[in-house]
Amino acid sequence: MRPLLLLPEIVVFLGGLTVLVSGSFLPRTRQWVTRVIAAVALVAAAILAAVDLPGLGQPAMEGTFTVDTATGVARIVAALGTLIVLALASDEIAGSPRESETYALFLFSTTGTLVLAGADDLLVVVVGFLLASIPLYGLIGIARTPRGAEAAMKTYLLGALFGILLLLGVTLLYGVSATTSYADLTDRLAEAPQGVVAASVVAVLGGLMFKAGGVPGHFWVPDAAEGAGGAVAAFLTTVPKIGAMVAAYRLIAMLPDTLAWPLLVAVLAVASMTLGNLAAYWQTDPRRLLGWSTVSQVGYLLVPVAVAGRSDLALPALLLYLAGYTVTNLAAFAVTTAFPDRRDLDSYRGMGRARPWLGASLVVALLGLVGTPPTVVFAGKLTTTAAAWDGGLAWLAVLVFVNTVISLFYYLRWIAPVYGRGEPPARTPPGAFIPAAWSATTAVVTAGLSLALGIGAGALWSVLSV
Amino acid sequence: MLSLIVFLPLAAALALLALPRLGDTAARWAWVAVAAADLALVVAAWLRYDTPTAGRLAFEEQVEWIPGVNSSYHLGVDGLSLPLVAMTAVIFLACAIFALRETDRPRLQAALFLFLQSVSIGLFVAADLILFFVFFDLSIVGMYFVIAGWGHGNAARSAMKFFLYTFLGSLALLVGFIGLYIAADPHTFDMVELAEQTPFAGSSLAGGLVLAAILIGLAVKTPTVPFHTWLPPAHTDAPAIGSAVLAGVLLKMGTYGFVRIALPMLPEAWRDWAWVIIVVGIVSVVYGALVALAQTNVKRMVAYTSVNHMGYIVLAVGAAGLIADDTTQARSIAVTGAVTQMVSHGLITGALFLLAGVLQDRAATYDMDSYGGLAGPAPRFAAFFAVGAFASLGLPGLSGFIAEFQIFTGSIAAAPVTAIALVGILLTAALFLRALQRIFTGETRGRSVGFTDLRAAEVWSVGPLLVLSLLIGVFPRPLLAVIEPAAEVAVELVGR
Repeated sequence: MRPLLLLPEIVVFLGGLTVLVSGSFLPRTRQWVTRVIAAVALVAAAILAAVDLPGLGQPAMEGTFTVDTATGVARIVAALGTLIVLALASDEIAGSPRESETYALFLFSTTGTLVLAGADDLLVVVVGFLLASIPLYGLIGIARTPRGAEAAMKTYLLGALFGILLLLGVTLLYGVSATTSYADLTDRLAEAPQGVVAASVVAVLGGLMFKAGGVPGHFWVPDAAEGAGGAVAAFLTTVPKIGAMVAAYRLIAMLPDTLAWPLLVAVLAVASMTLGNLAAYWQTDPRRLLGWSTVSQVGYLLVPVAVAGRSDLALPALLLYLAGYTVTNLAAFAVTTAFPDRRDLDSYRGMGRARPWLGASLVVALLGLVGTPPTVVFAGKLTTTAAAWDGGLAWLAVLVFVNTVISLFYYLRWIAPVYGRGEPPARTPPGAFIPAAWSATTAVVTAGLSLALGIGAGALWSVLSV
Repeated sequence: MLSLIVFLPLAAALALLALPRLGDTAARWAWVAVAAADLALVVAAWLRYDTPTAGRLAFEEQVEWIPGVNSSYHLGVDGLSLPLVAMTAVIFLACAIFALRETDRPRLQAALFLFLQSVSIGLFVAADLILFFVFFDLSIVGMYFVIAGWGHGNAARSAMKFFLYTFLGSLALLVGFIGLYIAADPHTFDMVELAEQTPFAGSSLAGGLVLAAILIGLAVKTPTVPFHTWLPPAHTDAPAIGSAVLAGVLLKMGTYGFVRIALPMLPEAWRDWAWVIIVVGIVSVVYGALVALAQTNVKRMVAYTSVNHMGYIVLAVGAAGLIADDTTQARSIAVTGAVTQMVSHGLITGALFLLAGVLQDRAATYDMDSYGGLAGPAPRFAAFFAVGAFASLGLPGLSGFIAEFQIFTGSIAAAPVTAIALVGILLTAALFLRALQRIFTGETRGRSVGFTDLRAAEVWSVGPLLVLSLLIGVFPRPLLAVIEPAAEVAVELVGR
């Protein structure tokens, strides 16, 4: 069994339970204690995961769960990502009626993501999927706004649909192979009827794409990013992707070489990046724009998945991109939560001059999402495309860059007013730029981290590619 | 040494940003001091420079950066890059002096230009494709903020067009780089190793496609016809010093890429496509000159002459790919001319754009017909502009002549048909003389009335550029002695 190998997951989950229980006994004014508990649990999980690195692929729970470098990195990135989200929540959720419940749901959903990341068995994938999704429905609706309710309903219905598809796929795969363990599936699927295998893999992948927020399961992302609270939006566009993408990688890497799996994933990648980019074009709400942008980012993340097992670069590139994307995307969301009432790109006019550090952070974050050097996403994009080319999908690498150019335009639509001229920024509310303190600090720190990781990409790579 | 030259301006930029209380005057002079110190370092490096053995670089520095993909922080100079580094330092110093009268956020402007200086010099000394690309992209980001933040007219739109267009080019370039990386065995982004390996030897289709990606990327930046359309609006709406840096330094990144990357790393494909490159060069020369002739806006006119001048360089490096036994020397002369032209065009066009900025500063228009008889109230301005114009049209005794003479000597010997491009010189002469007549001669009228002549800061920024052009024109030997060995190596490499 070796349950101790799952210590980070256990710590996060128990942290969530502690937050939930202690939150019900604490008065409204002292709910911040639960935030501290949650932060401690996340930091502890990250440290425990770091101690295990480099992971040499130890099976846990009868081989249904693997603790290797990918799991370790996903644990660290997800735990620290959720920690950053907690910092954003400190402005927005502190003192609100359902504070401790929100933190508990964050931790439960993070646990689900961690389970997905390490899953080496289809049934564990299902468990991780449910554990990551169900808290998310609650989180999206917890703000109790009309848009939040609509987004929660949409997410729930789509989640139910894709959850059923996932289960159907798992059932079919079990039906043709009599196993759900990845270790045995490779050989048995090679002899199974290919039509069934293809249909069921598509179904499983669809479920994971719902979790990651990529085509075809992306419809909920922009609505949820717009309708949910700022911290929740930052969470749901970032952390679930970590587990889902690593799970997708393991799934594709496990499949036998009988069908053109790289092509299937590549098509999903292209569809996701293109659709996300085109839909982001004329958005005026920064969070909705970022929501569509994350759909396109899933497309880029799928690029190394497409060449899973065909290039040595693929897995480290995926992990590098995941880490870079997490930091950079959270930096962009931190700017929006610093000014929660500015829900229009034009309302950022003059922000760069009024708040130079926040303006610079936003530029770093947005150009980082484009993949401009020297931010870490550039290193990610470089290595993912190199992996694609190395794996024989040169055309996919070219399409990534074509999409990058397309995406530049809408990110610039946001940067332009920030540094645009026009009326000088007002000095008093509501016109003045008075950022929420935690979010502003988080934005600067994460943007700085994005640059630092980009310059130190070599050191990061050596950790990832063990 | 090189790292210090590259990062000194950046460190100064960060210091300027970190000191918001610094007065405007102090910021302006700090910029001048740092730019001067950087130039002094470059001069010191030049004095200590010894031509490295073929295929190697001088002042090399190498530190592992992303070992997973064999990309390192690798710097070095040779005869192709050292003159450009020096030219870059000179132009930025000239801009710093010119901007001593700037009143619009001088501290930020100084920081931004110091950042651009680091990036530009870094690009010319980079010996790793990823490092090169990082600097290439950052130069675009920096210039975007220069145009958007300090431009005039429709600056936001021009800046956006500039960014999108050149960013597209940079990504095409990156695709090409990744292609080179994948084809190399062992995989590497190191320029020196790639030039040794010539990864696509023997596979002309793949090599051609990768070359096409790299050429498109560089052609957008250079720019050549048909990728030049971002240039005129960007120049027209950019501030004077922004234009000087854009034309003087940023355009060279494209042409430098031809001789540093495309030509030595993909020699086979380069030879196959030499004629296409030559034709693009000739078309750029003639088309750029013709469109420049039709302009009434001084700055747009100078911008289009840049297309024309870059055309000569493309023509020369294209001609370097026409292999025949008896033309080795001719082709080496053409490449020497191309590099000389990069330096010369940087100095001359930098000066002309700064002078055009004076027009905007005094009378808020670039329209030639708004002026007339300007030589009367502004004799120094007229003299400087005339020298710049003559240098640009290739008058003997100035650097433009040395460059274009070598380009044509080499190219025509390799391919006589390139003589068509001589038309470009004639057209440039006509358009500059016509501009001189319209602006400076005749009765003083229109905006010329009450025009203030050049001030000290303007004289001391534009003057040295023109003096350098004159010095190169009269004593080209020291410059050519550095370039020639490198040009011979380049021609040898493309002949493999």
